[in-house]
Amino acid sequence: MATQHSRSAARLMMAPAVIVLLGWMLVPLSMTLFFSFKKYLPLRGDSVANGLDWVGFANYTRFVGSSSFWPSVQATLIIVGGVLVITVILGILLALLLDQPMWGQGIVRILVISPFFVMPTVSALVWKNMFMDPVNGILAHLFKFFGAEPVQWLSQASMESIIMIVSWQWLPFATLILLTAIQSLDSEQLEAAEMDGAPTLKRFWFIILPHMSRAITVVILIQTIFLLSIFAEIFVTTAGAFGTKTLTYLIFQRVLESQNVGLGSAGGVYAIILANIVAIFLMRIVGKNLDT
Amino acid sequence: MARNITTRRKTINTTAAWMVGLLIFFPILWTILTSFKTEAQAINDPPIFLFFDWTLENYAVVQGRSDYMRYLMNSVIIAIGSTIIGIVIAVPAAWSMAFVPSKRTKDILLWMLSTKMLPAVGVLYPIYLLFIQLGLLDSRTGLVIILMLINLPIIVWMLYTYFREIPGEILEAARMDGATLRNEIIYVLTPMALPGIASTILLNIILAWNEAFWTLNLTAAKAGPLTAFIASYSSPEGLFFAKLSAASTMAIAPILILGWFSQKQLVRGLTFGAVK
Repeated sequence: MATQHSRSAARLMMAPAVIVLLGWMLVPLSMTLFFSFKKYLPLRGDSVANGLDWVGFANYTRFVGSSSFWPSVQATLIIVGGVLVITVILGILLALLLDQPMWGQGIVRILVISPFFVMPTVSALVWKNMFMDPVNGILAHLFKFFGAEPVQWLSQASMESIIMIVSWQWLPFATLILLTAIQSLDSEQLEAAEMDGAPTLKRFWFIILPHMSRAITVVILIQTIFLLSIFAEIFVTTAGAFGTKTLTYLIFQRVLESQNVGLGSAGGVYAIILANIVAIFLMRIVGKNLDT
Repeated sequence: MARNITTRRKTINTTAAWMVGLLIFFPILWTILTSFKTEAQAINDPPIFLFFDWTLENYAVVQGRSDYMRYLMNSVIIAIGSTIIGIVIAVPAAWSMAFVPSKRTKDILLWMLSTKMLPAVGVLYPIYLLFIQLGLLDSRTGLVIILMLINLPIIVWMLYTYFREIPGEILEAARMDGATLRNEIIYVLTPMALPGIASTILLNIILAWNEAFWTLNLTAAKAGPLTAFIASYSSPEGLFFAKLSAASTMAIAPILILGWFSQKQLVRGLTFGAVK
């Protein structure tokens, strides 16, 4: 079908997208790589024009050696892991529930999906103030009502609070994708199992869950990539205090707040490597899907 | 085929689902309600649900304090601008990959996807530096470019999965009937591709509207969109729950409504076609 003519036309049509993305990838990436081997403190007068001192791998070892590195890795892993566990488990339960016949299914779907459309700065601030404020927040009112001492959410239970806020934002995403997966299940297969007398739990474990496994993997991988780089939620709530400084936030502070570009760039390279490890798995799944 | 579902079971399902749905939606509902309260009522203990003196005062105060309209305009221009440019670049690319696939098509698609995986913070300073050099810092042009770039892979992917569903035989038939490439695109392809393009546009406006890394780091007072407008409420200041709610409601209302219309496309767009 494709002639020589249409082939070169196709190449021409692809060119703008490829060139633009190639530039977007190569230019900043090579700059980050370049800075990561340099001493670059703009506030002390270092600039690209005057030439930067080559420091080898010093930034890399210093970034890993700093006292905030390992805590930041730990904070990142706890947030990503916590949110994944909550959103996947609740997402499966919610998807199963929404798949049942009911009245007003469309409206319930809209209610459940809504948090995903709330911009991160809004959801973080609404939770921080109207729900988690230790004096005037709804949760404080609720705790007092039951005679309990209100919790200083964002200072005493900072990680739990952030995980809660981010889970609220991402639960709709997990639910929607898992629901789509359940709905593509052949209902006859389930009915056959039901007729053979398989109890509900077994039907879930041996038919529904295996059918969802690919969707679950996709949810985990995509969420991991987005969760590794959450920023606004921490920026407007704790600003990295109380043990919530993630790797992303630490790099942000090094680069923009303390303006140690060399050190921050080395951190950036670590973050890129980390994200790529996750990305490889996701690409494999997506790539397999392309062949069919 | 049809299973007999008892009314009782359906009632239980409905009750459970509505309770969970309302619980998840509650923070949004509460924000909207609080935006119509006075500051004193907003922090009342026990919380007042519906029976308060409804007022629009907070909306007036928010507009007066920080010129909401300007931030709104920035958000609209950045979201729509980046989406339109993205579509213009992506449609030809996705079209050619879907209809004139070559051996490298798959690799190119996966490579494009991989650029989306690049953590933003890893290239923060280079972009910041380039923006200073090019005079793009705190400008709408700069943000349009950045948001176009970060969403371009999603646009190409979504369009590609939609275009691939258009049967190639129809195009061949049109060609047999003597249609030129131009006519083929205008009269055959476009009408069939339009729904897919529309959903792609919708999803990308939503993504661009809510983007909160680059918009927070690359703007100040001039080009700041609504994400930055809301972030300015992050330091507590006396009684401000009602005002915060009004500002939040104004920031999320337009996109919430758009989002409700695009929930089906969301799955396809955000899983890169891996789940349909």
